[in-house]
Amino acid sequence: MTTATSSSPAQQPGSTGSRDTRRSRSSRAPGAAREERAGWLLTLPFLLLFGIFTAWPVIQSVFFSVTDITNRDLRTPFQVNFVAFEQYAKAFADPVFRQAALNTAYFVLIGVPLTMTVALAAAVALNTGITRFRSVYRLGFYTPVITSIVAVAVVWRFLLHPDSGLVNTVLGWVGIDGPNWLGSTTWAMPSLIAMAVWRNFGTAMIIFLAGLQSVPQQLHEAAAIDGANAWQRFVNVTVPILRPTILFVSVTTAIGYLQFFEEPFVMTQGGPLNSTISASMYTYQQFSFGNYGYAAALSYLIFLVIAIVTALQFRFLSEKED
Amino acid sequence: MGGVGARSRWWLYLLLTVALLVVITPFIWMVLGSFKTNAELRQVPPTWWPENATLENFRQLFSRLSFGTYFRNSTVVAVVVTVGNLLFCSMVGYALAMLRFRGKRLIFALILGTLMIPGVVTFVPLFVLVANLGLVDTLPGLFLPFLVGPFGVFLMRQFVLGLPKDLVEAARIDGAGEFRIFFQVILPLLTPALATLGILTFLGSWNNFLWPLVVAQTNDTYTLPVALALYSTGQNEQQYGLLMAGATIVVLPVLVVFLIFQRRFIQGIATTGIK
Repeated sequence: MTTATSSSPAQQPGSTGSRDTRRSRSSRAPGAAREERAGWLLTLPFLLLFGIFTAWPVIQSVFFSVTDITNRDLRTPFQVNFVAFEQYAKAFADPVFRQAALNTAYFVLIGVPLTMTVALAAAVALNTGITRFRSVYRLGFYTPVITSIVAVAVVWRFLLHPDSGLVNTVLGWVGIDGPNWLGSTTWAMPSLIAMAVWRNFGTAMIIFLAGLQSVPQQLHEAAAIDGANAWQRFVNVTVPILRPTILFVSVTTAIGYLQFFEEPFVMTQGGPLNSTISASMYTYQQFSFGNYGYAAALSYLIFLVIAIVTALQFRFLSEKED
Repeated sequence: MGGVGARSRWWLYLLLTVALLVVITPFIWMVLGSFKTNAELRQVPPTWWPENATLENFRQLFSRLSFGTYFRNSTVVAVVVTVGNLLFCSMVGYALAMLRFRGKRLIFALILGTLMIPGVVTFVPLFVLVANLGLVDTLPGLFLPFLVGPFGVFLMRQFVLGLPKDLVEAARIDGAGEFRIFFQVILPLLTPALATLGILTFLGSWNNFLWPLVVAQTNDTYTLPVALALYSTGQNEQQYGLLMAGATIVVLPVLVVFLIFQRRFIQGIATTGIK
């Protein structure tokens, strides 16, 4: 293959960036055409699948959300009417969706800080220089993350059972008469949050553990010499250095929590009295009733919030660099 | 960090051990519960160790209910999705990192742009699409939309960027074709990244709920989480023993795989920052 041999020295100077593609395209180095073809062939299966099953639905969901499409329109797509922002207006006026949005905000605003706190506490505790069983603790704390939310939700439903559940039994030992957790409008949501924290703090803990490696030991020693106690060192040395990591993990956790769905689906079915119905769950319900246009509008509203949260992250992260 | 004395170290161990027990208790409770009879599970106060350990729950799951089918469905979907992602995402990741071709920047921008789009945004039009393709309530309907993903491409691209470009140049000089270079030179070097992506993809698929709930509509196509969720909220709501055994069947295989590959797994989380 002489073409390959002759093309490689020619490519050497331009191989630092793709800025030279234009030039090499016009001069048509013998290897460039081959590379171009290989690039497209390797990308083609991805582009097809991605285009059909991701890009197209993303575009379509915008159109769906401004129509009155329902399950009856699957075979007669031309009977669908354009309704502009009627579906969105309907969402803002819908008392159940407003309740669902409030529940979701509750879940995120309490759940995310709690998850961060537990994760940070676990990471710092594991980073204090204990050597024995360190990986056992880490493994144990991480285990809930890999499990199916549906499965653990089923188990937690029994744990929280008012009479034969483990939680109320243990509370009974210390003389507390535990409530009917999932049957109470007050306690159902905190129960779901507790399960979410338990299920998810492991991911944040692992990332914090990696982040803690970048906290210089000398800073801690210097602060200790200056008389700072462990708590002061944590607040004034560790937290500022971990700030970008904390922010990043908060945002990814918030994005996940904004879509919480399995927990109420399995544990409470959204009840009692819609006190745990989530935005995602309500969207799914509307979809299963056949209200596709409305469900698309609801899902777009969820997406909008996620996009805003993501944008805020980038803003805060870039502020940090100034 | 050095500043912890022997005394506070003991407190730390005690605290961590209590926390560990609290965290893993639900799993122990689940596995022990799967061997209990329904009557024992309703007992007040609850028993910890099964009084009359029985395999009846598991037997019923596989004979009366179709957990064998659900297990097979979950496995087929997870394996196909994982293989698809490993193959297609590494191909694109390599092309984006090492090859020069028109539209490359546009493709990468597309991938970055869709990295954050959650499943809840696309499931309605995706369902209509899958329905029009006649794939509702079929296994391809379950796995086709997940064969590729922006996250896998991103992960692979980042990893390939760390490989020396000379490798490819040298292989070209030796006369290897572009595909041979990818499959015989690059792919073997990607093993660590492939392992990370493989584990994450398999888990994501095994635990996936919303999409299978939407697409699977009969016993023949239910995956384990869908079947478990529907049983736990339907007529079997009070069958505590069955549900505990069902949850065990969903969780246990994943737990075993995780314990075998945990080191690679945790490194993967730490480097990608995404579960």
